[in-house]
Amino acid sequence: MTEKKSCLKGVGLTKVFGLGRNKNMAVDHVDFDFAEGEIVSIVGESGSGKTTLAKMLLGLINTTEGEIYFKSKKRDIRSQKAKKEYWTNIQAIFQDPFSSYNIFNKIDALFLDCINMRGGKKLPYEKKLEMMTEACSFVNLKFAELTNKYPFELSGGQMQRLMIARIFLLKPQILLADEPTSMIDACSRATILDMLLKLRNDTGMTIIFITHDIGLAYFVSDKVFIMEHGKFVESGTADEVILRPKEAYTKRLLNDVPKIHEEWDLSTVDIKAK
Amino acid sequence: MGKVILEVNELTTKYVTRFNEDVYAVDHVSLKVEEGKSLGIAGESGCGKSTLALSLMGYYFAPLHYTSGEIIIDGQNITGMHPDTVRKNILGNEIAYIPQAAMNALNPTQKIIHFIEDVVQAHDPKVSKKEIYELARERFEVLGLPKEVLQRYPVELSGGMKQRTVIATSVILEPKILIADEPSSALDVTSQKMVIKMLRYMMEKGYVKAMIFITHELPLLYNVTDDIMVMYAGQIVEKGSSKQTVFDPIHPYAKGLMGSIIVPESGLKDTKLTAIPGTPPNLKKPPEGCRFAERCKFVTPECKRYPVDMKYLESDRSYRCIFTEEQLRKAYQND
Ligand SMILES: Nc1ncnc2c1ncn2[C@@H]1O[C@H](COP(=O)(O)OP(=O)(O)O)[C@@H](O)[C@H]1O
Ligand SMILES: Nc1ncnc2c1ncn2[C@@H]1O[C@H](COP(=O)(O)OP(=O)(O)O)[C@@H](O)[C@H]1O
Ligand code: SF4
Ligand SMILES: [Mg+2]
Ligand SMILES: [Mg+2]
Repeated sequence: MTEKKSCLKGVGLTKVFGLGRNKNMAVDHVDFDFAEGEIVSIVGESGSGKTTLAKMLLGLINTTEGEIYFKSKKRDIRSQKAKKEYWTNIQAIFQDPFSSYNIFNKIDALFLDCINMRGGKKLPYEKKLEMMTEACSFVNLKFAELTNKYPFELSGGQMQRLMIARIFLLKPQILLADEPTSMIDACSRATILDMLLKLRNDTGMTIIFITHDIGLAYFVSDKVFIMEHGKFVESGTADEVILRPKEAYTKRLLNDVPKIHEEWDLSTVDIKAK
Repeated sequence: MGKVILEVNELTTKYVTRFNEDVYAVDHVSLKVEEGKSLGIAGESGCGKSTLALSLMGYYFAPLHYTSGEIIIDGQNITGMHPDTVRKNILGNEIAYIPQAAMNALNPTQKIIHFIEDVVQAHDPKVSKKEIYELARERFEVLGLPKEVLQRYPVELSGGMKQRTVIATSVILEPKILIADEPSSALDVTSQKMVIKMLRYMMEKGYVKAMIFITHELPLLYNVTDDIMVMYAGQIVEKGSSKQTVFDPIHPYAKGLMGSIIVPESGLKDTKLTAIPGTPPNLKKPPEGCRFAERCKFVTPECKRYPVDMKYLESDRSYRCIFTEEQLRKAYQND
């Protein structure tokens, strides 16, 4: 087996909000090395620092400390030009797909923007149409039914699929998905997860999946990172972390999730405990 | 069979929008909850779970309107009762409802104890503040909430603590039945577990006699209920024991829903999740025939012709589909 190439690496990544007594280490010296084509999950309770880490990886906020390496090269996005260039390599989808862009923009305009961003501005319209149709069929949507529609006319699940179609057109090397299914029903959630898996299998994209749901993380990912108070407390292959957890925190998270085949042990919490 | 605490027969209610359109959100729903039991309501968002919960209380105000059917709480038929009577005599002491996101609706400028005073005095203005404090303190103590919480403002409490406070307050008048609408969906798993444990303890202590639990999270529902009812587009499509409904669903929609369950257990990675394509029908114009027809793999022209009735099985299960259980099982096998 050939050694997997590093896609995104972090060394001592840290983000501190506030000063003095209000100092909050949202992300506290995390290290990781995500390989090309891997799906990795970052799992943690709310407030553990997942979104803050995501924003640093996306270059939306500055890091307080630490370095990020993209394909083994130190990331330097201080200039606007470098930042733009970086964003062709990394893209994101968020919890609320409706918040991601102007919902008064028609759907075909959204797709055309993506094609233009990938340098396809001069392509003949037939070619663009073919690309848009392909992107829609990748997420099981019919382009003909979407043209001239506004995003607010779609359901949350359809909208999130549209966001994945957008990623399919943009073909970044990394997709960062921050709680992409937490506002979506269980039966549409399965569709979204399948599409993320397909995206990786078809394009070799690296996917960073952020979630508070340890079951979802287990289902989609090759590797799992458990985050607590800004730190990675345990990481490894999905089977290692979920089926054979070592850290007490991971064990507690797993124990507290309701299961269906295994018993959900309520004795671990005591309502009388102060 | 135990004593029936809540019985609902063919309840139908609707919203009338500002544009005078009808939204048929609860259609001919029947159910029974016995003493000591807890009934779960599952279904994707917009299927009518919260509307059903509201409708069950017999307290209607615009835009929600009663159409037909009856509600009987512990032998008392409350159908058609005047809203003022319902508010005074039924809500809170016969049937209590914890709305979705209730903990975020707490008045931020009101101390918890004042919130409890309002709840109690709405039923009996003569109860003194001292009596209310004593009752609240005792109740909080039993339910593991420090009495200091009573003097706090909502912002000073964590999410889990706020939710437990709301729940403890909802049973202060010892209602016969409690309806909890997504009571732990916004909480972390550990707080969720605390909330569930507290709800169970309240039943044990007899603060409530029966419970209806609403959530779209199936593993949670499975763990806290005796029976589960699956709703789709305003109708019940399947009802049975929690175990049967989760592990051996009959209705195609219930089958799809149960096939989408994700829990961190070994074997999950090899599971093929079911995805149900499409979206539910618009409840302003629900289809004449089976409401699930547009998304059902097993649809036939017959399905769309007439409204589909519930089929009642000897095993105390029921489902809404034109096919027999045997036919459906065969279809699943060949699928
Ligand atoms: N812009 C900000 N300013 C100050 N504090 C913030 C900001 N964003 C997040 N935080 C804090 O950082 C911590 C981590 O938050 P976040 O990354 O959003 O967690 P998660 O996504 O895991 O829920 C929290 O304590 C949060 O209050
Ligand atoms: N105030 C309202 N006016 C009109 N329609 C409403 C109102 N509230 C809810 N609805 C509609 O009723 C249906 C059922 O909603 P709801 O009971 O909230 O579903 P659930 O709790 O299962 O998510 C949905 O189609 C919703 O759009
Ligand atoms: S009646 Fe027909 S469409 Fe409806 S659930 Fe049964 S098979 Fe499917
Ligand atoms: Mg977040
Ligand atoms: Mg609801």
